[in-house]
Amino acid sequence: MERVRFYQIGSYAAGNRLLDGELQTVQSDTHRTNSLNSGHRACQGCGEALGARYALDAVMRATGNQMVAVNATGCLEVFSTPYPETAWQVPWLHSLFGNAPAVATGVAAALKAKGRTDVRVVGQGGDGGTVDIGLACLSGMFERNDDVLYICYDNGGYMNTGVQRSGATPHGAATTTTPAVGPQPGNDFGKGKNLPAIAMAHRIPYVATATVADLRDLEYKATRAMEFRGARYLHVLVPCPLGWRTASNETVKIARLATETGIFPVFEAEDGEVVAVSKIRKRRPVGDYLQPQGRFAHLFGATPREDVIAKIQAEADRNVRVFGLTDPEVPVHGVVS
Amino acid sequence: MLKQIEGSRGVAEAVALSRPEVICAYPISPQTHIVEALSTLVKSGELAPCEFVNVESEFAAMSVAIGASAAGARAYTATASQGLLYMAEPLFNASGLGLPIVMTVANRAIGAPINIWNDHSDSMSQRDSGWIQLYAETNQEALDLHIQAFRIAEELSLPVMVCMDGFVLTHAVERVDVPAQEQVDAFLPPYEPRQVLDPEDPISIGAMVGPDAFTEVRYLAHDKQMQALDLIPAVAADFAAAFGRDSGGLVRPYRCDDAETVVVALGSVLGTIKDTVDELRDEGMSIGVLGLTSFRPFPLDAVRTALAGAQRVVVLERALAVGIGGIVAANVRMALSGISLHGYTVIAGLGGRAITKASLTRLFHEAVADKLEPLTFLDLDRDLVERELRRTRTTRRSGPAAENLLRDLGTRVG
Repeated sequence: MERVRFYQIGSYAAGNRLLDGELQTVQSDTHRTNSLNSGHRACQGCGEALGARYALDAVMRATGNQMVAVNATGCLEVFSTPYPETAWQVPWLHSLFGNAPAVATGVAAALKAKGRTDVRVVGQGGDGGTVDIGLACLSGMFERNDDVLYICYDNGGYMNTGVQRSGATPHGAATTTTPAVGPQPGNDFGKGKNLPAIAMAHRIPYVATATVADLRDLEYKATRAMEFRGARYLHVLVPCPLGWRTASNETVKIARLATETGIFPVFEAEDGEVVAVSKIRKRRPVGDYLQPQGRFAHLFGATPREDVIAKIQAEADRNVRVFGLTDPEVPVHGVVS
Repeated sequence: MLKQIEGSRGVAEAVALSRPEVICAYPISPQTHIVEALSTLVKSGELAPCEFVNVESEFAAMSVAIGASAAGARAYTATASQGLLYMAEPLFNASGLGLPIVMTVANRAIGAPINIWNDHSDSMSQRDSGWIQLYAETNQEALDLHIQAFRIAEELSLPVMVCMDGFVLTHAVERVDVPAQEQVDAFLPPYEPRQVLDPEDPISIGAMVGPDAFTEVRYLAHDKQMQALDLIPAVAADFAAAFGRDSGGLVRPYRCDDAETVVVALGSVLGTIKDTVDELRDEGMSIGVLGLTSFRPFPLDAVRTALAGAQRVVVLERALAVGIGGIVAANVRMALSGISLHGYTVIAGLGGRAITKASLTRLFHEAVADKLEPLTFLDLDRDLVERELRRTRTTRRSGPAAENLLRDLGTRVG
């Protein structure tokens, strides 16, 4: 496999390389290999490319490279494998948009039948392939507790086909099928799927959320997930500069704002119960997260939609309350350590 | 070993003898008995090592088979009717990826109106999916074809569908010869995938192909099916040598050599047709039967050869291409380009309607007298249809008005 290339020349700061070995990040390990090579065709600032590489590199390290990846159709598949090129350094299989969890189940079943318990399986896809068209297959995989880690890279829409709405598109966001026109511009309220909660309802061994703003946390969760056997689910928020209409150098910053406002709660759950949450140190109003994004521009025009912003703020408040995202508030649900 | 068992049980035993490593299934009538038997064999440990995955849909069943096959396991599933249509997308994908999955289709009609009985609407709808399609005439042949199917699939790296008539075969208890494990092991080597998901040698399977190479890729898929035209008879010959039983192949002519009239058909109806033909031969009618075992690839040359001396051909099929007529007939016609003979298409046995010797006898007499319509629906109740057509001129409604037809039938009986 190709040895990784480091871009920060002459600096020891990147990836905590000054720390003890066990505290260093996966990305700071000079002996690691990239699961996803450079040279693929993702857009500049693509959160999914970043999230996928960090997550799979962590799985590679956790398994000693003994892993197979199964991919749903979507940006990640299209930008990484324009035949005859491939950016994948791991055995990788793409079948369809809606069947990645079931295909991953098949790989896991084959490995089990062959007695290869050392080789682990990761399924992955965007929010379209995961929360919408692939949901039945994912739920089946959860219900059977198949030995698969499924990672959803959530960018809140069908970005590969030109930014249409998905079941994970946030309320108020404009997409090409939920345009910013009419009295209720953007995506309707009262719709939307909370897939981490759906995953937890299956009582699978491990469910976690993460963002590309805290890559150390993402690495930790991908690694932690591999300590379990059975069905595991990792939901990663990955901003999309194209669909969110943000600057390509703002991906990480926007993801951080999603957590700091309480829009995207970051937590871990085991066997259906929350066991840890990432606390917000200094909470910010949702406007700070919404305003830099073109998909919410209609809320901040000549006639600002304070009513819509207030509803989004209420959703963030609910997350803070339910997950206990700020001290000293006590969570309403779940066991929080 | 001779056994008096249900067709489904026979197929399950043949599949088990073929040592699949992953079986995934979603139950649907009339396929259920096959996967029930296999789930018991796996759960009891009789069939090991093998994983039985209970999935949430046929879409998932084929997807699990795709993953298992790509990871190097011999994979099997079974379905029917709506289930086959529900797996249409991964079906095309499995053949496009060149994965040698074997699947039983317990043939059944497609709704609406919903109907659980036998015809070939399901598998015929997937004729262009890139799968090899073999049709069994008897339960013995169904059993034998499954063992051959794994060999054909894995030698070509292409999925194979073994079609057997729902209920007529699946639920019929017949005497079958179930081979011994050693015999099957000698005939069917372990699955050696051409490309496999292996951490020691990572490859990417399922990349995106643009207009620059897609036509060529599709041509190669066609070429692979053409290779099966040689492989299917070769495997059938090997099977005959190993098991002492003639089974499989591309076509099975019966009393065709000197026949002026040849009836072309597939599946279990061939038995009834052969009995009828025997009786008509006794009356002096020059008639024969050409059974198609392989429908995909379509054996153009073999069909052409078998029909070259005939004056007329009657294609009897149990599926309807709405708006044109026969599916098999259109393929047979292709085989006959340049040959001048009378061709008739007969749609029969839709949704489980019995195909009786009496009806066939009448039909063949009409055909031999060249009094048959080019497209005939066997035993179609014209009065019933015409009453409903009159009614639709006055009442606006969509749908097939099946309840009207049934009520009319009821009044007729009453």
